[in-house]
Amino acid sequence: MEKQVILNSEQFQLTLKRICYQLIENHDDFSDTVLVGLQPRGIYVLSRITSILEEITGHKIVCGQLDITFYRDDFRRREKPLVPSVTNIDFIIEGKKVILIDDVLFTGRTIRSGIDALMAFGRPKSVELAAFIDRRFKRDLPIQADYVGKSIDTLISEKVSVEWKEIEGEDKVILYTPESNG
Amino acid sequence: MDNLSVDHLTGIKNLTENDIQLILQTAESFKQVINRPIKKVPSLRDITIANLFFENSTRTRLSFELAQKRLSADVINFAAANSSVKKGETLIDTVNNILSMKVDMVVMRHPNPGAAVFLSQKVKAKIINAGDGTHEHPTQALLDAFSIKERLGDVAGKKVVIVGDILHSRVALSNILCLQKLGAEVMVCGPATLIPKYIDQLGVKVEHNLRKALMWCDVANMLRIQLERQDIKYFPSLREYSMQYGLDKELLDSLDKEIVIMHPGPINRGVEITSDVADSEHSIILDQVENGVAVRMACTYLLAGKIKV
Repeated sequence: MEKQVILNSEQFQLTLKRICYQLIENHDDFSDTVLVGLQPRGIYVLSRITSILEEITGHKIVCGQLDITFYRDDFRRREKPLVPSVTNIDFIIEGKKVILIDDVLFTGRTIRSGIDALMAFGRPKSVELAAFIDRRFKRDLPIQADYVGKSIDTLISEKVSVEWKEIEGEDKVILYTPESNG
Repeated sequence: MDNLSVDHLTGIKNLTENDIQLILQTAESFKQVINRPIKKVPSLRDITIANLFFENSTRTRLSFELAQKRLSADVINFAAANSSVKKGETLIDTVNNILSMKVDMVVMRHPNPGAAVFLSQKVKAKIINAGDGTHEHPTQALLDAFSIKERLGDVAGKKVVIVGDILHSRVALSNILCLQKLGAEVMVCGPATLIPKYIDQLGVKVEHNLRKALMWCDVANMLRIQLERQDIKYFPSLREYSMQYGLDKELLDSLDKEIVIMHPGPINRGVEITSDVADSEHSIILDQVENGVAVRMACTYLLAGKIKV
């Protein structure tokens, strides 16, 4: 696998900050807005965005974590069972503006499941999507992000990995390309 | 984590420790789900399950049905009392007829030990054993282990005594196997006539004095006397059994330590356990019932995952 750094640590920070300012433009003081990160990897984007937003606005941001395992459309089509993560939503969704947050938007199937899982908690006023990385041209469903950190064009055989200081030791986004045989 | 090593849940005997841990872990997620305002997930919306009960049941049947419905499966119920079984149809014919209606999974309770294993070898559907005679009742053992873990943090290293009619109890055998696989120590306690002769071969301790057994344990699982399975008299009278092996407040308070009280139900109040103990803060009997739905959702979900599209 060939490795290519798409975002280094500094660009990573700038990108997160830019998403935050875009969110503030549309959601003002977040009095009516809640942030929901998708398990397992979206919750890292969520926690960074939440702390940046709290620092900029000075308001407490309401946020939660959503596990979508039981809402996936590939159940009975996988070899190994997926181990569910924790769902932690201790606020009312009903009537709220919800921003779903995930690290990589690719086929759109995870987001579809996420919207389904979210609706089990009530009827939100609206749902928006923030994706840290948007892999274009391989969408299986008509789903687009409202806030994008970085859009990249990739081959299906390639792999994008968003790495976090608290997990992998450094903030960065890496594109893995399989070595060509030629 | 790996998938279940089995294609049917016929008994704890065939499960590995990994299987049990996977089921308990999945059940934790389902316990969260059933405590939400909308207690339902769509995972099994293309699966049909038949519940076949050739023996009476309240808790287990309702618990399975609720678990299946919370997973969005389609459910059909069958009770032997008002069926063609009474007209002489064999078990395999009955089940194959039901399977012709495109059923993917069968949950069965049957009075004959081994009925679930037999069925799993003969028909093309996933089988879950909901109790086969005096043999096994795997989901009860799994929910008991889940409840112990929930109350005490872990099952490994805990001392569990099973008190009562061990001879006729499928709950006892499944519990012994399950608790041992998870690393707990198990003791059985009851009158000598109700303890199987070679049960020590399973690696359990045997005790005939209830007080001594309770002094030893962290958890006491009180079983019902299964009068409907007893063909002869195993003890002089229920009153005498109750005096020797019934758990009351006085005995519990005299122990000088906290133990957890469990009961698989149905309770015969005043026989194996008095009302004040069954309703005390030591008792997790109603938690067991709640956890039963989550554990049965986990078993059903994991087995259904092996039915490929």
